[in-house]
Amino acid sequence: MGLFVVQFLTGLSGAASLFLVASGLTLIFGVTRIVNFAHGSFYMLGAYLALSLIEALPVPRGTWGGAPFWAAMAAAALGVGLIGVLVETIVLKPIYKAPELFQLLATFGVILVVQDAALWTWGAEDRLGPRAPGLRGSIEVMGQRMPVYDLLLIAVCPVVLAGLLLLFRTTRWGILVRAATADRQMVAALGVDQRWLFTSVFFLGSCLAGLGGALQLPKGGADLAMDFGIVADMFVVTVIGGMGSIVGAFLAALLIGELRAFGVLFFPESTLILTFLIMAVVLVLRPQGLLGRAEPADAPGHDAEPVRPADRTWRIAVSVLLAALLALPMIADPFVLVLAIDVLVMALFAASLHAIMGPGGMVSFGHAAFFGGGAYAAALAVVHLGAPMTAALPAGVVGAALLAAVIGFFCVRLRGVYFAMLTLAFAQIAWSIVFQWTEVTGGDDGLLGIWPAAWAADRTRYYYLTLALVTAGIAFLRFAVFTPFGRGLRAGRDSPVRAEAIGIDVARRQWAAFVLAGAVAGLAGGLYVFAKGSVFPDEMAIPRSFDGLMMVLLGGVNTLSGPWVGAGVFTSLQDWLSRMPFWRLTLGCSIIALVILFPQGIAGFVRQRAHRHRDRGS
Amino acid sequence: MSLLEVAGLRKAFGGVVAVDDLSFALDAGRMLAMIGPNGAGKSTCFAMLGGQLRPDRGSVRLDGRAVTGWPARRIWRAGVGRTFQVTRTFGSMSVFDNVQTVVLSHRRRLRSLLRSARGLYREEVEALLETVGIADQQARVCAVLAYGDLKRVELAMALAARPRLLLMDEPTAGMAPAERGALMRLIEGICRERALGVLFTEHDMDIVFEHADEIMVLARGRAIAHGTPAEVRADPQVQAVYLGEA
Repeated sequence: MGLFVVQFLTGLSGAASLFLVASGLTLIFGVTRIVNFAHGSFYMLGAYLALSLIEALPVPRGTWGGAPFWAAMAAAALGVGLIGVLVETIVLKPIYKAPELFQLLATFGVILVVQDAALWTWGAEDRLGPRAPGLRGSIEVMGQRMPVYDLLLIAVCPVVLAGLLLLFRTTRWGILVRAATADRQMVAALGVDQRWLFTSVFFLGSCLAGLGGALQLPKGGADLAMDFGIVADMFVVTVIGGMGSIVGAFLAALLIGELRAFGVLFFPESTLILTFLIMAVVLVLRPQGLLGRAEPADAPGHDAEPVRPADRTWRIAVSVLLAALLALPMIADPFVLVLAIDVLVMALFAASLHAIMGPGGMVSFGHAAFFGGGAYAAALAVVHLGAPMTAALPAGVVGAALLAAVIGFFCVRLRGVYFAMLTLAFAQIAWSIVFQWTEVTGGDDGLLGIWPAAWAADRTRYYYLTLALVTAGIAFLRFAVFTPFGRGLRAGRDSPVRAEAIGIDVARRQWAAFVLAGAVAGLAGGLYVFAKGSVFPDEMAIPRSFDGLMMVLLGGVNTLSGPWVGAGVFTSLQDWLSRMPFWRLTLGCSIIALVILFPQGIAGFVRQRAHRHRDRGS
Repeated sequence: MSLLEVAGLRKAFGGVVAVDDLSFALDAGRMLAMIGPNGAGKSTCFAMLGGQLRPDRGSVRLDGRAVTGWPARRIWRAGVGRTFQVTRTFGSMSVFDNVQTVVLSHRRRLRSLLRSARGLYREEVEALLETVGIADQQARVCAVLAYGDLKRVELAMALAARPRLLLMDEPTAGMAPAERGALMRLIEGICRERALGVLFTEHDMDIVFEHADEIMVLARGRAIAHGTPAEVRADPQVQAVYLGEA
């Protein structure tokens, strides 16, 4: 009995940081409609800032000895709030008018910048957090011991929730925030200065993330993996609670906190999976989360633009590019060839993501599941079944397609940001299975020694094989857009209500497209494994999914050539920069600059210029 | 047996009863107008007939077959075409592609991944565009069309699957007066010629009384009158609730 009570209390304390971070995220999303990926970075900064402040502040003697600690916590939260304002003003303000998705890309850039800034300021080593003064020991609860600090964390959740609710019910600002969450356009029409509202919401949201990080410090310390570490958790909590709902975030944080505390007791090996499973169950039963509002039925994620068949200039450009790629092994040294294979594989991966994002209107945050899924299916076929490459590559395609069929079955019931979040959750489940099932997948050590068949072992030959398969894959996906199947998919994106009213089963068609895109991503994954000779769980982790999103958005989601242009630019940039110190900082700044300069994406920008030029000429 | 038979239809949203105990019938080749003030329940009724909403109670029969609560795509296959109060077209596609998509779906050719959709059923699609008078704009993208033209595109889309029943929620909204008359004459002609049942809503009373064979008046979700235009015009309750206010 005592054990249960203590586990219950532990669950409550674990909910504290989750709630603080998620409430900030949900608040920002509710008002600005921005999914702030960098929110996890704010959480990390909260912990590091608090740490530095605690170390810097002098400790007075006597009863006030604890004051600097708590002052540091508060100051860290406010400091992160100011950083949030800085990010909002510099990075997001210029692109509020850009398509919604583009703001995601900018926040990716912020993550990278913060990663290197933190590395430079605080070093690569994990830091232990100082104990909270006055709350160092543990107390006995029904025969079980638990840390006193946990009791503080238990109190924080309801206190912050009450404070926020009071703020929203009684102040004019709070009423505006609630109004904007319900109907942003209406609030703008009433003459409210949105710029100021957005900035202040960013401040409060970032403060909450910073406070969450700071309060976590005595328990978990501070390290550079905190940002991506919390991303999945905070998405899960916001989505289960319902995007934009603070109370929902509170309930969801408690649910997840308790689930983890008791999960450890009963299913110690599958805690990771358990969290995401709960999310999947909640979203399937209640697609808008516990307390969220349903997305309107006819609300496409972005303003879709017409697809245009290839014109003459485009055909010439692509022919030149293909000729150059064919000639590459004759003119370039082997290192360039290695990079070229990477770029090609990523181009196929990005094209497969684009197939569901562009024509399908489904923004996936977890597409790496199929890249990694294909990679692992191929690798497992080699390692465990001794399959040759010619069998392992198709196995990768089939494996990824099956995975996509399962994941897609649940995801296509949802729309917009909920769809995105659920894909992320499923990708995390897939990742945690690979990560934890060491006997089969090798876990963190990965699978090694997977090399191409003898006839393709030569680097140049493997390059040509990759070039052929990638070109075929991209050409197929491009062609599919113009087929009746692709037409029906685009119809479902443009207006689901109209599409259903002319006999199209939109969810089923989206499912089919999802499986198709998964299969192609699986081919990219398979090619990747044989190029590297190994595969690690990282290939299906969140950063890989983000890479895909970045390539698609950087290239331009509204253009069919966007994904491979984006993949080329992004992969080359990453390869070139990663040899320098603090390359993430440079890459992050480049991404932010690209986003502000080309809000249509690079290929979109080129197309726009070309059309403008043509219009002027005629 | 009528083409459309509605009995005891009801839909409530929370505590608000949008449509309450609605019953009526419509024969092939006839035009039935549903009128009533804003919020009377017209669009809710259309949504239940078209399959966009599930009724709480009541039944909908098409040619004697119960289609109550069917999803929209199935009702459409059963021969019901519709237009929406706020037009719903595929904004990123050309006028031609919008109509062609419906034709492809009607012919069950919308699943193919093996050939390009370009040029399929060109003659059929162009004939439909000709019918509604928008053939000259077929290459334009729907997102940039004027509202009145979108209404025409929707009509072509509704006709493309050769429906037996046409549901038209304010078919002439956003059009110039001269255009309205022309479009309604077109619809009436198609109705008579192809023996379609047409159920439409309209705020312009001149159009209603000129083109409808029968008029049903809705107020707060209930039918308060149903009859020929002359009967409805003479109904004292209608004059009090509706026409008197106008």
